[in-house]
Amino acid sequence: MAVCVAVIAKENYPLYIRSTPTENELKFHYMVHTSLDVVDEKVSAMGKALVDQRELYLGLLYPTEDYKVYGYVTNSKVKFVMVVDSSNTALRDNEIRSMFRKLHNSYTDVMCNPFYNPGDRIQSRAFDTMVTSMMIQVC
Amino acid sequence: MELCGAKRLGYFGRSQFYIALKLVAVAQSGFPLRVESINTVKDLPLPRFVASKNEQESRHAASYSSDSENQGSYSGVIPPPPGRGQVKKGSISHDTVQPRTSADPQEPASPVVSPQQSPPTSPHTWRKHNRHPSGGNSERPLAGPGPFWSPFGEAQSGSSAGDAVWSGHSPPPPQENWVSFADTPPTSTLLTMHPASVQDQTTVRTVASATTANEIRRQSSSYDDPWKITDEQRQYYVNQFKTIQPDLNGFIPGSAAKEFFTKSKLPILELSHIWELSDFDKDGALTLDEFCAAFHLVVARKNGYDLPEKLPESLMPKLIDLEDSADVGDQPGEVGYSGSPAEAPPSKSPSMPSLNQTWPELNQSSEWETFSERSSSSQTLTQFDSNIAPADPDTAIVHPVPIRMTPSKIHMQEMELKRTGSDHTNPTSPLLVKPSDLSEENKINSSVKFASANTVADGYSSSDSFTSDPEQIGSNITRQRSHSGTSPDNTAPPPPPPRPQPSHSRSSSLDMNRTFTVTTGQQQAGVVAHPPAVPPRPQPSQAPGPAVHRPVDADGLVTHTSTSPQQIPEQPNFADFSQFEVFAASNVNEEQDDEAEKHPEVLSVEKASDPAGSLRVAKTDSKIEEKTAASAPANVSKGTTPLAPPPKPVRRRLKSEDELRPEVDEHTQKTGVLAAVLASQPSIPRSVGKDKKAIQASIRRNKETNTVLARLNSELQQQLKDVLEERISLEVQLEQLRPFSHL
Repeated sequence: MAVCVAVIAKENYPLYIRSTPTENELKFHYMVHTSLDVVDEKVSAMGKALVDQRELYLGLLYPTEDYKVYGYVTNSKVKFVMVVDSSNTALRDNEIRSMFRKLHNSYTDVMCNPFYNPGDRIQSRAFDTMVTSMMIQVC
Repeated sequence: MELCGAKRLGYFGRSQFYIALKLVAVAQSGFPLRVESINTVKDLPLPRFVASKNEQESRHAASYSSDSENQGSYSGVIPPPPGRGQVKKGSISHDTVQPRTSADPQEPASPVVSPQQSPPTSPHTWRKHNRHPSGGNSERPLAGPGPFWSPFGEAQSGSSAGDAVWSGHSPPPPQENWVSFADTPPTSTLLTMHPASVQDQTTVRTVASATTANEIRRQSSSYDDPWKITDEQRQYYVNQFKTIQPDLNGFIPGSAAKEFFTKSKLPILELSHIWELSDFDKDGALTLDEFCAAFHLVVARKNGYDLPEKLPESLMPKLIDLEDSADVGDQPGEVGYSGSPAEAPPSKSPSMPSLNQTWPELNQSSEWETFSERSSSSQTLTQFDSNIAPADPDTAIVHPVPIRMTPSKIHMQEMELKRTGSDHTNPTSPLLVKPSDLSEENKINSSVKFASANTVADGYSSSDSFTSDPEQIGSNITRQRSHSGTSPDNTAPPPPPPRPQPSHSRSSSLDMNRTFTVTTGQQQAGVVAHPPAVPPRPQPSQAPGPAVHRPVDADGLVTHTSTSPQQIPEQPNFADFSQFEVFAASNVNEEQDDEAEKHPEVLSVEKASDPAGSLRVAKTDSKIEEKTAASAPANVSKGTTPLAPPPKPVRRRLKSEDELRPEVDEHTQKTGVLAAVLASQPSIPRSVGKDKKAIQASIRRNKETNTVLARLNSELQQQLKDVLEERISLEVQLEQLRPFSHL
């Protein structure tokens, strides 16, 4: 159950960030922001890389006492960051991957919309719906 | 009330009242209480109206510019009771017509238009407007529309920044209405429009009551289809599409569509949403259907309708050419589209079940079980081999080792055996013609493969493994066939074509050949033949597969061996053959039962079994036959699945072999048959004596079985290799992923 989902643009500003309202959203925002450093670290480490699907998924970026932060980067350096609750009986890696896959697909759909300017905040309802479903289901 | 009031601003009190009534009706009917709803209500009675409501609204706006004219048109709008709904439509259309004729529909400038009423009101006003013109109409409804008209007109004008677009738009929609209303006098139309207003009006009321019912009905109906695109609308859309993309079957690229829809002056966010809804295949381009849907949504939005969260059915682009007539339909293309795929899946299942039925014992994952049985029997076989090995080094060698009998082959052999048992000599006859050696060899090979396949199969539960053994299977099949065909004549089993390589099952086939050649000449081959049957077993037994089979097989073999020596030689042959066949059949069955993937094997098995069946008249009767039958259909139904099938058939064969074993008597009988067959075979000099013949026949059979098993074994081994490779690749991937997961 993702408690927070964020889409960060290449320039590291958020395109979309959404948290379950239960928690103080600011805290999540902060976590996402700090996780960007880890993402960059991983991305640079990959370096040589070949960006293949596997490398798109960055895995657990860092765990905190309550949460785990997972990262995923696209080929265009758009980053998806997902914060999940640690108390959730550990979500399997595969589940996280599938969630990121869904995110990526939805993001692609948003991109395909000619009325969407890359770099704009994502206001697509379909995207929202998908993220909501993810945040609820993951529970 | 506000809506009404707003609409009514500057309008007749009556119309206001009507509007209010309409709103009430709308609210009552559960529609969102807005001006739109009123309009909706209007539409309700006039289904068509709803659809084109937006357009009507737009038209209204346009037409409203020429209010006076409209009003004139309204005059006739007094709705007759029954025709209310129709009247409404008619009136609406009437209005539309008038506006059109009168003025540029697109004129946004409707004098009275109160902008606040978004398009929804426009239709509403429209109606009212219609009523007004009827001017003389005592019916209030007319009044109602009037005010709406103005707002609508304004709204329309306001919204239709892209007048050009809209203008074109508006006329069409109203036209549609006209079409629908054509019949009814405008008044009736109006009446239907306002359920509430209807109530008010006395005359209207009567009509209203009638119309109300109609309206309600229509509401429901129109409500169901508020997004329906009328013919006119569709035509309009298509024309617009052509302006952008002359080829109706082509796509409108996203950028062009973006420009086009931007003209409608809707906010980008809404356009974005509309795009999301209408670009069904998410390809960034609009097909004609998608474009029409998008256009319709834009129109709706301009008319004040909220954009739906999901694409309405009527607007679903038809993935398949369901519609030819105007789009009215809600023909979700995907529905039809999805239908076909849905059909595909089930096709397989039937085949499986049938197989299962045919092979009750073997069915289901029981294949594994059967396999185990066979394996057990194979164990016995092995033991047997050991016994025989000294006696017949060649045969012994042939059996256990290399014989990788392609499951199919084995199966075939088994099938043949069974068939023979079932007095099904015909099919095998051709096979019989083949050199007995070959058949024997085949058997052996197939048995080997069988075993290997079984082993492999056991290793892999997945069909993936099976894929690797298609060739083997095929080869097995051929071998089996040859075996089965020639089993009776197996004096010199033809060397199985796809001899497994030394590492593979095929290699064993070579041995088999040797063995066969050796054994053919040997009367003792019977005993030797027995061992051939064994090898396949052991292999399957090795596989994780069901141990049940193995024991069974082993038992079968044991019993088989226990039978009279003479019988044994013969019987083993029989057993082998039959077993092979049985196995093949069983494998086939099993596999089929288990997976569709096993198809190929099944096929192969079936093939094998067929010849085998023919050969083994005396052999396992029902079992084999069943298996054969099961496998046959399974094979046929299934495609060429990879490894999966091979192992299973192999197992089945083993199982069948096991089963066969118990049927020593049958074997003996079969041996007799085999003997006869063998006699026919040049390889074995039947003339020597019945016993000899029997022995030889059994030897041959065993050889064939061995071949089959060998083939199976080879196939299974290949499958195993494939699986291992996959595993390695997965491990590598895991390694790669580890760094990421370290965090």
